[in-house]
Amino acid sequence: MKGFFPTSTDGNMATEFHNLQELRHSASLANKVFIQRDYSEGTTCRFQTKFPSELESRIERTLFEDTVKTLNNFYAEAEKIGGQSYLEGCLACATAYLIFLCMETRYEKVLKKIAKYIQEQNEKIYAPRGLLITDPIERGMRVIEISIYEDRGSSGSSSGSSSVSDSTAR
Amino acid sequence: MSAVMITRKVRKWEKLPGKNTFCCDGRVMMARQKGIFYLTLFLIVGTCSLFFAFECPYLAVHLSPAIPVFAVLLFLFVMAMLLRTSFSDPGVLPRALPEEANFIEMEIEAANGNVPSGQRPPPRIRNVQINNQIVKLKYCYTCKIFRPPRASHCSICDNCVDRFDHHCPWVGNCVGKRNYRYFYLFTLTLSLLTIYIFAFNIVHVVMRSVDSGFLKTLKETPGTVLEMLVCFFTLWSMVGLTGFHTYLISLNQTTNEDIKGSWSGKNRGQNPYSHKNIIKNCCEVLCGPTYPSVLDRRGLMREDSPAFAASEGPCSLDNPVAQTTKTTAPLIPNEHTPDDVKPSIAASAEKSPSPKEDQSPAPKIPPLASPETDVETSIAKNH
Repeated sequence: MKGFFPTSTDGNMATEFHNLQELRHSASLANKVFIQRDYSEGTTCRFQTKFPSELESRIERTLFEDTVKTLNNFYAEAEKIGGQSYLEGCLACATAYLIFLCMETRYEKVLKKIAKYIQEQNEKIYAPRGLLITDPIERGMRVIEISIYEDRGSSGSSSGSSSVSDSTAR
Repeated sequence: MSAVMITRKVRKWEKLPGKNTFCCDGRVMMARQKGIFYLTLFLIVGTCSLFFAFECPYLAVHLSPAIPVFAVLLFLFVMAMLLRTSFSDPGVLPRALPEEANFIEMEIEAANGNVPSGQRPPPRIRNVQINNQIVKLKYCYTCKIFRPPRASHCSICDNCVDRFDHHCPWVGNCVGKRNYRYFYLFTLTLSLLTIYIFAFNIVHVVMRSVDSGFLKTLKETPGTVLEMLVCFFTLWSMVGLTGFHTYLISLNQTTNEDIKGSWSGKNRGQNPYSHKNIIKNCCEVLCGPTYPSVLDRRGLMREDSPAFAASEGPCSLDNPVAQTTKTTAPLIPNEHTPDDVKPSIAASAEKSPSPKEDQSPAPKIPPLASPETDVETSIAKNH
């Protein structure tokens, strides 16, 4: 079952993928994992912290959980209904929402923070392990997509496997 | 045959599936049928123009200049809310890209196990627990996603919309999470404007009749009759609609849920989204955060967009079926899961030889509903 990922190159991967560009050029996409939304607390944006089995050989559980928990905290901050959101809402209403033409909403500010955080995490933690996190906003805030990259040189077996590309590009 | 390189920048809105129309290079998003929206505009602008032309000069002089000023402010607010409701993204959920769709398909296949041929596979439902209430998430065959709670697919716009309320032909758009408060403010302020115009029409007619007589007044200001006719009918419907939506907001329900009876009848009092407090519910809906659009209409289409990557990279998604079946979303065996499949959900990791035979899940997926993205992949193939 784990033979799909050549385990002998695990140690070499960290040295080969030390930045994102090199990751894209020298590695090929092997698989993608999708972290789903956690609706247990309602419709607010939260992602499940359950550790997917595909990442077991790639990254430490604690690092992954930290990333997801931090993202959840960011989203909770953005969607918090409290004094500041009321003020923003009332002020915007009073100006017939024209104020949003010149002002950034709180949510947009937090989204920028999230984008920066994800890039930082990718550069420091995920790319060296041959992984890449896609910002959830690019997937409709439905999933956190984690792409698993395989070193091109050692992936003779993976490129020979069934070409799902034909079926997906219908 | 190689495809000709198109050098014009293509923005993402041009490739979005669904039956929306876009204007101003993706800044404006509406439904396809806009006829009734133009009627709404005509009625509001027309009636207010008549009011400013016939009533306002008289009332400004004989009563107070504040009357037309307030009318102008109210009119501008109504127009702003209407345009904001009509032109903004209601909260459309983008369709799943091929890899995500495949991932979900494989999870479903694993949950259903082997369905004997001739038998219909069980309905695609995912159960989640929200505030101690089991909510069923339905699978959308068009968008290839499990709809988030409160989301629904609008057949007119052919999109899944988050917190779907209803499709309003009067505003020419769906009403969903992102534009519900603008819609509500539109109905509220339009009711106020209608009442305002109606009231001052009566005042004007009465005041003028005292001087000139009733029939002469109507002859001098023919617009008044027309205005009163429009206002009379609009008033009842708008006040009724505003009252209805105020009721929905206080209970934190959507029109869609109300029509389906999700939280009424035997389910009364079980709405998991309600804070059980009218003030809190109102504050959440009207003063909550302004959600961003996840559609990115004005972004530029990249050469290496995910549609491309899916066709180029050796995405061997069939092989790790055994691993991906036991994944992130906890598959709660629901009432539809056949009993003999439940133990196999846990044991699916052992099924490694079967993926070779299970090549079929991929071809069984119906063609993606966006032929536009296929153009890019076919260009990639032709190179």
